[in-house]
Amino acid sequence: MPVNFAPGAVEYLRFLPEIILIAAGTLLMVLDVILRKQAQEIYGHLSIAALVAALLGALWANSSPGPAFSGILIVDGFATFFRVLVIGVGILTVLSSYRFLRREGAEAGEYHALLLFSVAGQCVMVSSNELIMIFIGLEISSISSYVLAGYLRDDKRANEAALKYFLLGSFATAFFLYGVAVVYGMTGTTYLNAIQAALSSGPAASAPVFIGVAAALMFVGLAFKVSGAPFQVWAPDVYQGAPTPVAAFLSAAPKAAAFAIFLRIFMTAFEPIAREWYPLVWISALLSMTIGNFAALTQSNIKRLLGYSSIANAGYVLVALAARSQVGTAAAMFYLAAYALMNVGAFAVVAHLSGKGERFLSVDDFAGLGTRQPITAALLSIFLLSLIGVPLTGGFFGKFYIFKAALDSHLVWLTVLGLLNSAVAAYYYLRILVVMYMREPSAATAELEPLPFGLRAALVIPALGTLFLGIFPAWVLDFAGKSSLLLR
Amino acid sequence: MNPLDIVLAIPLVGFLVMLLVPRSAEKMIRLISLGFSLVAFIASLGLAIGFQTGLAAEQFSTDVVWIYSPNIHYHVSLDGLSLWLIILTTLLTPICILISWQSIKARSKEFFAFLLLLEFGLTGVFAAQDLFLFYVFWEISLVPMYFLIGIWGHERRIYAAVKFFLYTMAASVLMLTGIIYVYNHAHTFNYSDILAMLGNGRLHFNNTEQILLFLAFFVAFAVKVPIFPLHTWLPDAHVEAPTAGSVMLASVMLKMGTYGLLRFCLPMFPGAARACAPWIVVLAIIGIIYGALVAMVQPNMKKLVAYSSVSHLGFVVLGIFSFTQMGMDGAVYQMLNHGISTGALFVLVGYLYERRHSLAIADYGGVATPAPWLSTVFMITMLASIGLPLLNNFIGEFLVLQGSAQANFHWTIFATIGVILSACYMLWLYQRVFYGETPDEVRHHIFDLKPREWVAILPLIAMMVWMGVYSQSFLPAVRRTTAHILDQTQVNVQFQVKAPASRVEVAHAR
Repeated sequence: MPVNFAPGAVEYLRFLPEIILIAAGTLLMVLDVILRKQAQEIYGHLSIAALVAALLGALWANSSPGPAFSGILIVDGFATFFRVLVIGVGILTVLSSYRFLRREGAEAGEYHALLLFSVAGQCVMVSSNELIMIFIGLEISSISSYVLAGYLRDDKRANEAALKYFLLGSFATAFFLYGVAVVYGMTGTTYLNAIQAALSSGPAASAPVFIGVAAALMFVGLAFKVSGAPFQVWAPDVYQGAPTPVAAFLSAAPKAAAFAIFLRIFMTAFEPIAREWYPLVWISALLSMTIGNFAALTQSNIKRLLGYSSIANAGYVLVALAARSQVGTAAAMFYLAAYALMNVGAFAVVAHLSGKGERFLSVDDFAGLGTRQPITAALLSIFLLSLIGVPLTGGFFGKFYIFKAALDSHLVWLTVLGLLNSAVAAYYYLRILVVMYMREPSAATAELEPLPFGLRAALVIPALGTLFLGIFPAWVLDFAGKSSLLLR
Repeated sequence: MNPLDIVLAIPLVGFLVMLLVPRSAEKMIRLISLGFSLVAFIASLGLAIGFQTGLAAEQFSTDVVWIYSPNIHYHVSLDGLSLWLIILTTLLTPICILISWQSIKARSKEFFAFLLLLEFGLTGVFAAQDLFLFYVFWEISLVPMYFLIGIWGHERRIYAAVKFFLYTMAASVLMLTGIIYVYNHAHTFNYSDILAMLGNGRLHFNNTEQILLFLAFFVAFAVKVPIFPLHTWLPDAHVEAPTAGSVMLASVMLKMGTYGLLRFCLPMFPGAARACAPWIVVLAIIGIIYGALVAMVQPNMKKLVAYSSVSHLGFVVLGIFSFTQMGMDGAVYQMLNHGISTGALFVLVGYLYERRHSLAIADYGGVATPAPWLSTVFMITMLASIGLPLLNNFIGEFLVLQGSAQANFHWTIFATIGVILSACYMLWLYQRVFYGETPDEVRHHIFDLKPREWVAILPLIAMMVWMGVYSQSFLPAVRRTTAHILDQTQVNVQFQVKAPASRVEVAHAR
């Protein structure tokens, strides 16, 4: 392995988004102490500026793709795609947090700093090419997320959510680390490409049991992170308890990043043993879709409902992984982008509607939104129709590409069951539409204030994005397709 | 941009314009939507004029790449089958807007916008020549109808709307699986290319594949038609929908199913279609008789008309799966007839409802005294629906029965029972509503047709007479297309699937 002790400028450029995010996060922590309680919106503005800068940095870094720091990081289309995705989710989260934080009296630089650190961790995850680096990224992302989930310290549910998320998440990372250890023991390397080479020809190829154990351990850890069944139980509780903008963030960014490393590890390092691991993913995909959708049918709390729906959606992405092909990888990338947009949008509406102290979280509280705030309702309809998978929305094309990839790989039964699952899912999304348009206004919608600017942006941008992905999907899909080529 | 694109674009532009109109401008909302729908109708008449009956190829074709990978095209064109269905759609939309002029008070902006979006989806379904585009339009048409039923419907509207959506959605995801499967083998969604590849043997499905694919498509279409026993969403949706919703649902949306059967199921999977035909015909005949019997005992007018649709659509399916030229001609003609006459029935039932605010037959009686013109118009429509000679349904039913007799005479015997039963329930309905004692409520509430109502119903009456007296204006274009479809089913059968075809003969012999 070539060791370069003095990384060149281009390597720092490839690490630019992370540098910006970490620096800005630290700056916010310091400002928090200096500014105390004055001018609190400045934190939000600063973190948006930092995120936008990081976004541009990520795009700039993509102009000179390649490895950095002895190859532990790699900037390719795949990394850039997910960097842009998680940073974008970060921006939307901050936009929908302004009003929320003020309403809950919880504005502080700390919140934004944690968010930036979490996004930085995810950027490290998606661009690392080496298991230890992946683990470090995972930890940066996770630990910030644990704190964010319990950010409202006086809220019992938030505390419960944070504790649960922390305990189960730590277990998951421990599993993952075990897997890393075994892989290192078997192959003598933690670089993904080297592992792939060792597994296809080296002596490790002759010890399938241990490699199988390693893959299984890492699968368990990652399935936890993406809330894939049977390791999904934490998701509804955490999403319900966490502050709504944080729940939006958790359901999109860490999940997308976890899927990114899922894809990278299983499609590169463990690619030679794909035939062995794919039945595992097959089962997990089916279980996630089924458990998520059927459990969501009976939920009355909207955040919990979206929590179960996120399990089901993880199932769809796992279907793409089970296809174990480039087409499948591209489909998974596309779907994660579409899902991030529609889910963050839906959560932003919840944040708007829930009222002080998050009192209004029942599905019934959406009653009459269609008459009170037709525009908010129309935007939420776009997100819900996209989650159902109605054409001309991103969600539809996402599902279409995923199931097309699955059929390409001859997963006929998984496709049929998955599509039937999406018909089941239509029921609980429709219920929200029904309540919103077809019932008389409730207390929640009666005292609704007009959409503040930040939230409006956090709704309109994902809505336009969802429609864009639904009408002109080729642009994003092309990019995803090219990036999935680099993956091997 | 050819005329067909313009016909497609007008309702969409109308929908977008409607979104920008302020919600308080009630009058303007109605005028704008009426304007757009009328322009679309006139433009679609241009299609009929420019349509060359003698030409077998697709006409007014536009083929533009929408998405490169997978290879999805915006590919629309017309043939004798799509042409009339598109005109039916564009004719009924302004009528629906007219009949909703006063009955829709709450949230009228969304209502009329959704009607235009529905028109867009439906015309798209009939024009699409790319399997993927077809699916897109198919699903798009679902959304506005869901809202039309769910927001502006009657008491049990939410139940009906959700049931309607879920039924169709569950069935159409199976079709999506089928579409993707076909694409993965043909590497194109372009329908004519797929047929060409099937014809020259470059694309081949073995028997199992063909049966499964046929069923995947068939179930989606059968739910829409609806074929017994998948019809249970229909009475709920029809009864709970607002009048305009019922009209569009019965007149056009049900035709999406039969259109799909003719356009896709038969030419793509002819062997499977022929193998399954005897069973499907049995279901169709059960539908004809069962629908009629259930219609007879309905105390609710709308439900009666809804069940009569199940019965009438049974004829269409019978005609299609008779695999005879006459049967198919009759089926297509009956699709149009049903659109006109059942649409008119729903319009008239809606008129009655606006006056008396009840759908129960028992609440009426002697309506002919206060409203003679309404009664006359209802009489003509009802007679058309029964199948009286010189009115439209007669031609369609005759052709279907003739065609099915060529295939298997027993089918005709059973199907004819449906014709008799339809006379029973319709005449009985007419007698109970329009004749007899006139209760006070009826005398006070019911008045005769207003000019706006005349304008809405007259075109339909005129069409009933025209289509009944001079079917030659419509049938040649239809025949050209059905002959082509029939050809495709035969060519492909000889080429590839011998076994199921002979099984059909065995079934015939029995």
